[in-house]
Amino acid sequence: MCLAIPAEVIDLLPDEMARVSLDGILKTISVGLLDEVAVGDYVIVHVGHALARIDEVEAQRTLALLAEMGVAAEEGR
Amino acid sequence: MKHVGEYRDGALAQGIAAAIRAEADPMRSYRLMEFCGGHTHAIARYGLEDLLPPQVRMIHGPGCPVCVLPVGRIDAAIRLAASPEITLCTYGDLMRVPGSNGDSLLKAKAAGADIRMVYSTLDAVGIAEREPTREVVFFAIGFETTSPPTAMAIRLAAQSGLSNFSIFCNHVLTPAAIRAIVAGPEARRDGVKIDGFVGPAHVSTVIGADAYAFCATEFAKPVAIAGFEPLDVLQAVLMLVRQVNQGRHEIENQYIRAVTANGNRKAQALVAEMFEPREAFEWRGLGALPHSGLRLRPAWSRFDAETRFEIETVAAADHPGCACGAVLRGVKRPEECRLFGVACTPDSPIGACMVSSEGACAAQWSYGRFRSPAASVAAERVPA
Amino acid sequence: MSRDLFRSRLDLVGGRVEMTHGAGGRAMAQLIEAIFQPALANDFLGQGNDQAVMPLPRSGRLAMSTDGYVVSPLFFPGGDIGSLAVHGTINDIAMSGAVPLYLSVSLIIEEGFPLADLDRIAQSMGAASRAAGVPVVTGDTKVVERGKADGLFISTAGVGVVPPGLVLSGDRARPGDRVVLSGSIGDHGIAILSSRENLEFETAILSDSVALHDLVAAMVAAAGPHLRLMRDPTRGGVAATLNEIAHQSGVGIVIEEGTIPVKSQVIAACDLLGIDPLTVANEGKLIAVVDPAGAGSLLAAMRAHPLGGEAALIGTVVEDDRHFVQMRTAFGGGRIVDWLAGEQLPRIC
Ligand code: SF4
Repeated sequence: MCLAIPAEVIDLLPDEMARVSLDGILKTISVGLLDEVAVGDYVIVHVGHALARIDEVEAQRTLALLAEMGVAAEEGR
Repeated sequence: MKHVGEYRDGALAQGIAAAIRAEADPMRSYRLMEFCGGHTHAIARYGLEDLLPPQVRMIHGPGCPVCVLPVGRIDAAIRLAASPEITLCTYGDLMRVPGSNGDSLLKAKAAGADIRMVYSTLDAVGIAEREPTREVVFFAIGFETTSPPTAMAIRLAAQSGLSNFSIFCNHVLTPAAIRAIVAGPEARRDGVKIDGFVGPAHVSTVIGADAYAFCATEFAKPVAIAGFEPLDVLQAVLMLVRQVNQGRHEIENQYIRAVTANGNRKAQALVAEMFEPREAFEWRGLGALPHSGLRLRPAWSRFDAETRFEIETVAAADHPGCACGAVLRGVKRPEECRLFGVACTPDSPIGACMVSSEGACAAQWSYGRFRSPAASVAAERVPA
Repeated sequence: MSRDLFRSRLDLVGGRVEMTHGAGGRAMAQLIEAIFQPALANDFLGQGNDQAVMPLPRSGRLAMSTDGYVVSPLFFPGGDIGSLAVHGTINDIAMSGAVPLYLSVSLIIEEGFPLADLDRIAQSMGAASRAAGVPVVTGDTKVVERGKADGLFISTAGVGVVPPGLVLSGDRARPGDRVVLSGSIGDHGIAILSSRENLEFETAILSDSVALHDLVAAMVAAAGPHLRLMRDPTRGGVAATLNEIAHQSGVGIVIEEGTIPVKSQVIAACDLLGIDPLTVANEGKLIAVVDPAGAGSLLAAMRAHPLGGEAALIGTVVEDDRHFVQMRTAFGGGRIVDWLAGEQLPRIC
């Protein structure tokens, strides 16, 4: 049910709305469910609303962990 | 796409899958339920089952609000839409869902009902604004992910002083369903066959990781909250395999880039301001579950289509042959239902799990049915 | 009253189609003269009769096809209903390996339709037909009352000639054959969805609507005897076309996800809408099944053609009495590629 995708905030509009880009696909969404959204933030968009902000640092950490887990497995073979 | 493509990397997936195969003990079984339809979809869409060793089995949970919506509510929406003054706005997902007489919103629309597909709750408010002579009813369904957007729509309608906008509320709550799966009467009777949960992705962005603490504390079930991309799912499976191996039962958060311990407080506050739990709400395949659904608080009843239009829900019984309940509790596989693929297919679904592409039976039919006997795709390679 | 109307010039800027424009009188003649004759001009249409009379081809077999166009919106990024109608019918004929020769066009127009839009659509049809070298030799217009049609519907038919000895048919795929796709998928469907009301999103993706007969001619020249069949994956996308082939030929098909070209913006739009690029419509792509011996020369010829630069070998025909279309995903897993169940509706789930 919860189809939602990360998109980059490229412009803040009046009335708690924002333009977001998802790989060049542009859409206007509401950011009223989040506090202090800034241009450049990545937010999770669901049915036209931003639900959460993506934490860049955590994202990098998750990716590093993924890479590490895979490598460890390869070496263990 | 940033924050998407990275988590669809096939080479990394091979590494994680190898780790799962290396660490999963062949002498024990790991029955892991992914609660969300989004996970079910990722597993089916990327063929992840082929990457897992046989002792790790994914059980597809009830996490698709379209599937678990009782037929009686669809019937009520169809009846509502038949009133000439009403414009019913709905997400595309609900258009094809069959009601009790083989009716659907799509058919009602063909027969002349004013039913419009919207992509965002705000579109429904927009229609009410532009067409003041229409009674616009938004068919609100979904888990905790989707209720804040509904609340936003109501807030906007209130601010704009709209008197022709209301919602038919069918929002449901995930923790209640997880509880029913591990501790409901059927679960107690058949025994629970689930060793751990891949926890909801976007629901958790709203309610937070701590909302699942009861799984660990009350039921000793490990949880790994995971994003909807295929690598997210694989990583969560590895986390669960490790928890099971080590005898741990904790709430781990693989989707930490978007999910915090407490979730989105602003969204929670808005939902709490407008909605209150119903004593019980009917879930297709799981029955009536206590405190599992939301309704508008009396102060907001002017936006409640159920009171405005005196909607009555007539319970419609599920097909006696449908094994959905057992499928959802991990007791049966979809293929073990005698109706699977015979009387029950995505084109003419009989039970809840076949209704949307994210349902357990539909995913198995639409993406995985080649796995039942004969040819395996793994044997076929496209020559370069 | 109406006599005055007939004498006045058609107002192609602010004017609208009226019932009289379809009534067979002078208003209709004027509409045809002012809009369709100049847009579609060719000698056969210029005969001005109720039918066009053309010379018989000297050899080969006749291919004929007809199709209706009800696309909404009428104008979309990369094309409009007029060019789409011309390309669509040319492609349907070309998929038999035929050289398309002539088209016919019939328009059902709703009363009140802006003449400026009608003119634009007629011009676009003319441009498409001239670019393809396939003339519209006969046509018809009807006007229906307001509310009885969604602006404008077009129905086209066409004939072409299949070169002697060439037999392409959906039932000819055999285990071991190769499946070739001419380019990246989903562009048309995404361009249309992006301009639909309530879904609006902005994208640089244009419809791929184009006439494929020249590409087909190059393919036939390079690998004619090895070709089994061709299909253009329009509604229902590549998924539907492959399933049709599997069923018609009584075989299975296995494709490799990593080989299928899809633009990243198309993937992004599909993610946004919750749909699968494999089920999204194309209007300028084709799928060919070829015996293994001809696959190399076929691919080379396609890649050398401007419309086949991204042509790729995407799969193999296999023996399978369940007639499954299966895909090896980019993750190395397997899945079924099924027909779309029902209409393509955006999901939020
Ligand atoms: S196959 Fe159909 S009837 Fe059987 S359990 Fe699944 S949804 Fe129910």
